[in-house]
Amino acid sequence: MRNSFNFHDFDWILFGLVLLIAGIGILEIYSTTTLTPLAGQFQKQIYWLLLGCALTVIVSQLDYHLILAHIPWIYFLALLTLGAVLLAGPRLAGTHRWIQVGGFTLQVSELAKLVIILAVAAAFTRRRNRAFTWGELARLGLLAGVPGILVALEPDLGTALTFLPIVAAGAFMAGIRRRQVMVLGLIGILALPAAWYVLRPYQRERLEAFVHPKQNTQGSSYQVTQTKIAIGSGGLWGRGLGNGTQSQLGFIPVSHADAIFAAFSEERGFIGTLAVFVLYAILLLRLLEGARTAADQAGSFILIGFASVLFFQVAVNVGMMIGLFPITGIPLPLMSEGGSSMLFIFLGLGLVMSVKKQRFVN
Amino acid sequence: MQVRFPEDERFPSWKITFLEYFIAAAFVGLLVGYWRLQVGQHTQMLEQAEHNRIRELPIIAPRGRILDRQGRVLVDNFPSFTILLNRENASQLRDAHLEMISRALDLDPGDVEDMVKRSVKLPRYQPIVLKQAATLKDVAFIDAHRSELPEVDVIQSQQRFYPKHSVASAVLGYVGEVSQADLARPGANYRAGDLIGKFGIEREYNSILRGRDGMKRVVVNSRGQEVGTLGTVNALPGHDLRLTLDLDLQLTAEAALGDRPGAVVALDPRTGEVLAMVSHPTFDPNDFTHHIPVATWKQLTTDPMHPLMNKAIQAQLAPGSIFKIVTGTAALETGTITPDFKVLCDGKVTIYGHTYHDWTWWTLHGGHGTVDLHRGIVVSCDVYFYTLGKMLGIDKIDYFAERMGLGHRTGIDLPDEDSGLIPSPDWVRRVFHHPWWPGVTMSVAIGQGAVQATPLQIAYVIGGIASGGDFARPHLAFGRELENLGVDPPANSTVRFPLHQTTVRAVTDAMWGVVNEPGGTGASARCRGLNVAGKTGTAQVVSASLQEASHSAEYRNNAWFVGYSPSPNPGIVVAVLVMQGEHSSVAAPIAGDVIRAYYHEKGQTPNPDQLVSQVTGKAKPGAAPREP
Repeated sequence: MRNSFNFHDFDWILFGLVLLIAGIGILEIYSTTTLTPLAGQFQKQIYWLLLGCALTVIVSQLDYHLILAHIPWIYFLALLTLGAVLLAGPRLAGTHRWIQVGGFTLQVSELAKLVIILAVAAAFTRRRNRAFTWGELARLGLLAGVPGILVALEPDLGTALTFLPIVAAGAFMAGIRRRQVMVLGLIGILALPAAWYVLRPYQRERLEAFVHPKQNTQGSSYQVTQTKIAIGSGGLWGRGLGNGTQSQLGFIPVSHADAIFAAFSEERGFIGTLAVFVLYAILLLRLLEGARTAADQAGSFILIGFASVLFFQVAVNVGMMIGLFPITGIPLPLMSEGGSSMLFIFLGLGLVMSVKKQRFVN
Repeated sequence: MQVRFPEDERFPSWKITFLEYFIAAAFVGLLVGYWRLQVGQHTQMLEQAEHNRIRELPIIAPRGRILDRQGRVLVDNFPSFTILLNRENASQLRDAHLEMISRALDLDPGDVEDMVKRSVKLPRYQPIVLKQAATLKDVAFIDAHRSELPEVDVIQSQQRFYPKHSVASAVLGYVGEVSQADLARPGANYRAGDLIGKFGIEREYNSILRGRDGMKRVVVNSRGQEVGTLGTVNALPGHDLRLTLDLDLQLTAEAALGDRPGAVVALDPRTGEVLAMVSHPTFDPNDFTHHIPVATWKQLTTDPMHPLMNKAIQAQLAPGSIFKIVTGTAALETGTITPDFKVLCDGKVTIYGHTYHDWTWWTLHGGHGTVDLHRGIVVSCDVYFYTLGKMLGIDKIDYFAERMGLGHRTGIDLPDEDSGLIPSPDWVRRVFHHPWWPGVTMSVAIGQGAVQATPLQIAYVIGGIASGGDFARPHLAFGRELENLGVDPPANSTVRFPLHQTTVRAVTDAMWGVVNEPGGTGASARCRGLNVAGKTGTAQVVSASLQEASHSAEYRNNAWFVGYSPSPNPGIVVAVLVMQGEHSSVAAPIAGDVIRAYYHEKGQTPNPDQLVSQVTGKAKPGAAPREP
């Protein structure tokens, strides 16, 4: 048994859910790109999916405690890579987000999410349920804050924001006290004006477009207007695969990537939306149920951290399509086109499987 | 491997439960948002999606051509491009865009902004015309900037073209962009930027020439590129319109008048068909088809000789001695005199205590001796007609002048015809608030004073008298052809005012004498082998004494001649006005040229194109402009 793969306690239902959502995404990528210069993109996504499955299986065989034991080095390496990308990475579309690996470009910040989850999880090792100290709060903030600033500088505010739910989940699980929440809130309010000056012009424009959608129908507001039109025109049953005029005629920017859910909703209607929401909800709830039975708090937090990031991304991505959140570059997990995002999910899934193997049984 | 861990190693269960409810609640909230959009606002959103992808492009109906009576093309079209601005997506109409567009298309940014502002009230789906007759450079620019400027479209259109340039331009008129006033008119079926007839035939028969624009519904992508067609409503081209004008005769008349300011009208008095109509100086209608250059417009509007006026129907001037035919006819018809009534002319006559001079007084200091009606007309004796004027009285002169077509419009199918003026005691009382001075009757009797007539009226009146009292309404479009096009032709085709045979013979014989007898004032209109008759007129613009004192061109006499052939019952009557021509002898040969061309050279003009360039000074008539 030691030399072969062990599928004992492998969560096939979770794995099937993930494949199902990814399959729906690939179908939609096919629909929105087939008549464009990006035709064939869905095949790339399939390759990433296959690679992801392999990685899930491999990682699931590792003992997560071993990884947690080496997390300081991994974390340090991640910081180094983020710094290197920022300083020396190729400039694509005006940002430094990627490193070249073979023929692929890899978005390091996606993998950094996983490292931060593990780093926070490691902090829970043998912590027990003692009181949450100010020092722990500071450490938690730094764990996510340092890479967060590096990523935000790329600039990739969207991905940097996805570190937040890890911190929030960490603080919540560690038992953050009311006074600490109030102090953090106060600091947040005081920092808001400063944050405004740190934002880049396009980011400010998105915020303004979110606050006053009617004033400016160009740029970001135009995007939201168009995605809303797409989603609304889908109706109950959708316009049919390949028949969404908004997505097919290019009125939705990046309809295969960040805005894939608008294209999906247009072509599949509210019924499709409902189905996908149910799938995501089952996926997330199953992760949280798994967290109940993990062997220890560290393992439990790997599931909670992973679920919190996925939930944050799904909620924000889907919400910004209907104007609930300002436009930020946050992809929809499993459905948006993009290899790095797939790697994050499947590596994370591997860790989840690893945790589930050592589950606690009463 | 199942290991037992202490309870303390695990997170409190309620925290995970809390997270689960939190997630479930969030999804329910998102679902409500999607429900409201996808089910609640489905109809509006679907409509907006359709608006996004469907664009309606007009298909401009080509305007009908205008032809001469033999079917030769006077006004044509050639294919060109029109650039449209779509206003459906207001966000795209940002100032920066408009400025970029206007700079690239050589338009005035202010004009474009105004145009957009003015069109605010029009339905948004109606595109507005940014530029007519776009150059290839403009089209290339639009094609190259499709993605940045999705609001701009290029469509095929037809550009109005006048191959003969200024030939007959006062009659044909010109087209221009529809005005704000036209757009505001109730029931007006125009878009901003549409071309409509602004002057002349182009305006009079705009509804026939214009046709109906079609429309193409196309699917466009987000960059404004057409990716498919949903449906097409074909354009209904405008109807061609054949005019009574004869290009050969028109060219002859234009050449005969030459550079002199004035007008020539040739009518067939039997039918009222206008065979030629010249007004000079004039304009090149090609200048108006798109934005007319400011300098050209300034020149046209400030020229003291009013190039934008059709002098054949709008120059209201004293007809001078030509009016003696009206006075003479009135005298005979009322039985006031017989043709052999004689008057001794010694160069002046004193009536009501005022001395009236004959025109010979100023040059010869003498008179015509004893003259009868015939001789009085041939030598244009003023004293004879002063005498008739006194005998007739103003009321009778007025009655005949009005019944024979003066003082009111002839009803020709051209816009803005002027009515001329026959002064009456009523009119004097109304305008000047004093009674009629009997002495003024003498001036009226010889066509001076306040008497005013247009060249068209002169041809109409003389043609009618020479035809025995049949006054055929002048017209440029054939009534039957209008009927075929579903347009009601004007009703009053011929006004009958029967004259006695003896009157007609006496007057026409006298007019024959004007041209053919020794001492006749119109000898220079004589044509070999043709029976030409006519009457001269030299109309003072100011009093003779002021004229003596000043040599300014404005005060020079207007020269008139009206000629016809054969006499009586002519087939053609030609009225000529040479403004500031000083003496009627400059006008008579012009009429002679036209009459000669009508009878001798019918359809035999050696090289019409050469004549066109001679008349217009344009190098290559008939060829469309090279660009685009």
